[in-house]
Parts: sequence; C-alpha cells; structure tokens
Amino acid sequence: MRSLFKLVIFAALIAGAPAALAQGNEDSAIAVEQPWARATPAGAQTGAVYMTLNNKTSAADRLTGASSDVAAQVRVHEMAVVDGVMQMRQLADGLPIPAGGSVTLKPGGYHVMLIGLKKPLAAGETFPLTLTFAKAGNISVTIPVQAMGAMKDGKGGVNQMGGVGGVEDKKSGRGMGKMEMK
Amino acid sequence: MRARDWILTTICGLTGSAAAALGVFYVVSFGGAGHGAAAARIGGPFTVVDDTGATVTEKTLAGKPYAMYFGYTFCPDVCPTTLLDMSRWIKKLGPDAEKLNYVFVSIDPERDTPKLMHTYLSSFDRHIRGFTGTPEQIAKEYRVYYKKIPTDDGGYVMDHSAVIYLMSENDRLVTVIPYQEDDASVLAKLENLVAATPAS
Repeated sequence: MRSLFKLVIFAALIAGAPAALAQGNEDSAIAVEQPWARATPAGAQTGAVYMTLNNKTSAADRLTGASSDVAAQVRVHEMAVVDGVMQMRQLADGLPIPAGGSVTLKPGGYHVMLIGLKKPLAAGETFPLTLTFAKAGNISVTIPVQAMGAMKDGKGGVNQMGGVGGVEDKKSGRGMGKMEMK
Repeated sequence: MRARDWILTTICGLTGSAAAALGVFYVVSFGGAGHGAAAARIGGPFTVVDDTGATVTEKTLAGKPYAMYFGYTFCPDVCPTTLLDMSRWIKKLGPDAEKLNYVFVSIDPERDTPKLMHTYLSSFDRHIRGFTGTPEQIAKEYRVYYKKIPTDDGGYVMDHSAVIYLMSENDRLVTVIPYQEDDASVLAKLENLVAATPAS
C-alpha cells in the first residue's frame, strides 16, 4: 500500500514536470529526455524534433514511428552527409535503442521529421507528439519549440544562435567546429 | 575540352554520386584558388527564375563575388541550418556584406515555386536570393549532385551536395565552405573574397 502511495506521488511529480525533463509515465520503459523542435522557416512544410531516448530496461527496443496533431505525417529519419552529399533516409526498421542505453536525436543526425506542417512551428510554443516503440508501446510527450538557430534543447546555457557549434560528426566521430557561446 | 576537364567529366560520369562529390573535392584540392584552369571548372552559363519570378542568368551575378548553396525547402535540418549560418555570416561581415551576392538554389523545383522560395527566404537574411525552376543546367555547370529519392508514403526527399561555393566576380571557384565549418574559418574565407574584389 505504501509503495502504491509512493508511486502515485511519483506519477504526480512526473506529470507536473516541465517539458524539458524526462517525459512519459512512471512505468515507461523508455524515458524521453530533453525533447525539442526547431522553429520552422516561413512556408516550410517540414520540421524536425530532437530528443534523447533512454532505455531503462534490459531489452533492446526500437522507435518505429510517431504521430502529432501538427503534421500530416511523422517519420523517423537519419540524416548524414556522405562524401559531401546530404542524404536523408527513413529508418525502415525503426531507430534501435540498446538495452540499458540511450540514443540522441540531434541536428545533423537522427530526427523525428514532421511532414505537412499545418502551421509553422513558432519559438516558445509547445505541441504534442506520440512516439511508438516496438516494445514500450506509445509514449506521449510535449515538445517545446526553440529558436530557429537552436542546436540543442535550449537549457543550460547552450548556444541558441550558434549554428554549427559543438555538433558531432556521427560518421567519423569527430567533433565539428568549436562551441561558440553567443 | 581541356584534359583535366575531360578527366573530371569522365570520373563523374562513370561512377555517379560519390564521384561527383569527389570531383568537387578534386577540383578544390588540386586546383584551388588562383590555378585558373582548374578553378574555372565550377560555374558556367545558366538560366533559372529567382524568388520574384524573374528570369535570371549567370550575368545577373556578374560584378560581385558570390556564395552559392544548393538545397530545398522540404529539408528539415541541414538546409535551414546552412541558411541560418549564412545569415549569421552576412551579419558578421557588416558593411562588407554588400560586396557579395548570396544565392540559395533549389534542386527541388517541383515543390519550390518562386513564391514558396520567397516566403521561405523571408525567415533568413534579406541578402539571400532564391533561384529555382530549372536546376538541371546550373547543377551541371556547378558539378552539383542531386537525386530524388522516393519515400514509402508516395513522397520523396532529395539527396544533394551540401557545399557552399565561393565564386569570384568573374565566375571562378575561389574556395568552398564545407558542411559545418566553424565560423572563424568561414569568415576568413568571406573576408578574403571581399578583399580580392577589384574596387568598382
């Protein structure tokens, strides 16, 4: 009984937590950490959502899809620049999240792509997104929209207008450029 | 056709995308600034429409050095990032920014109408012009690779060279800005481009 009470308190705390903290309910196998989207240029039909997915279980999982009220379609994509050519691909088998491990979706790498935006994403707004995992099922999160130049979730003094600063080159594992604080 | 032109064309033609991209780096690495014959290979005549719907050609850009980037508005990540980077560089150049032209060329004219390009570019620095309509010729002259990739929902995305060319006022490749180059290095390149421009 006492543990149930604790669970209720915990759930209440999680429910009231700001969007930047881990989201999902208390028994979610996957914690969705620091989710954010970038404000979109005028007229843009697409947007990108980034986050860290932390698998709290001892079984590997996959992010297989997503949906949102703000877009006609939502897809899980990988972006890469190979030999100077930008390529974007849907992950046919979903995005693997290792057991007990995490995967970060960030500019220049993985993203959840919003296709057919019903209106531009404006900085300061939030919107709902439901992520679908092969094992963890559906997890609904609230996505805050950061300024167009944001490269991170906007918390902890990261560079809001920094553009290229501090982004890792996923293919080579090299850091690209210097972090430049504005 | 000069021998090196022929070699480059052959390489690109034979092995497609990877070679096309390598071709760019071949020119840049082995030609570089000041080596006239090699540097001349990027750039040439083209006819497209700009984001006001007006027909423009290579002559439209004559007289000023320019930065040219190829992409598409449906791109959620790299293209807006690059245009924001470019907007920031333009701001950092201050008054010197007026001495260069800046062009975003769409390789997806099917979706990127002049009107959409104009709306899209309103979110970025006002100096950046949009070119669209018929990318085949301009992409060929600038050795830009692009390819339509169908998606399972009936739509498509575009693969494309993610490079910014810095061209002289007489249409010669000076250097490139690769994807995610740091600001200090880019600004040095842009300032060199401004400084190399003959006073008019």
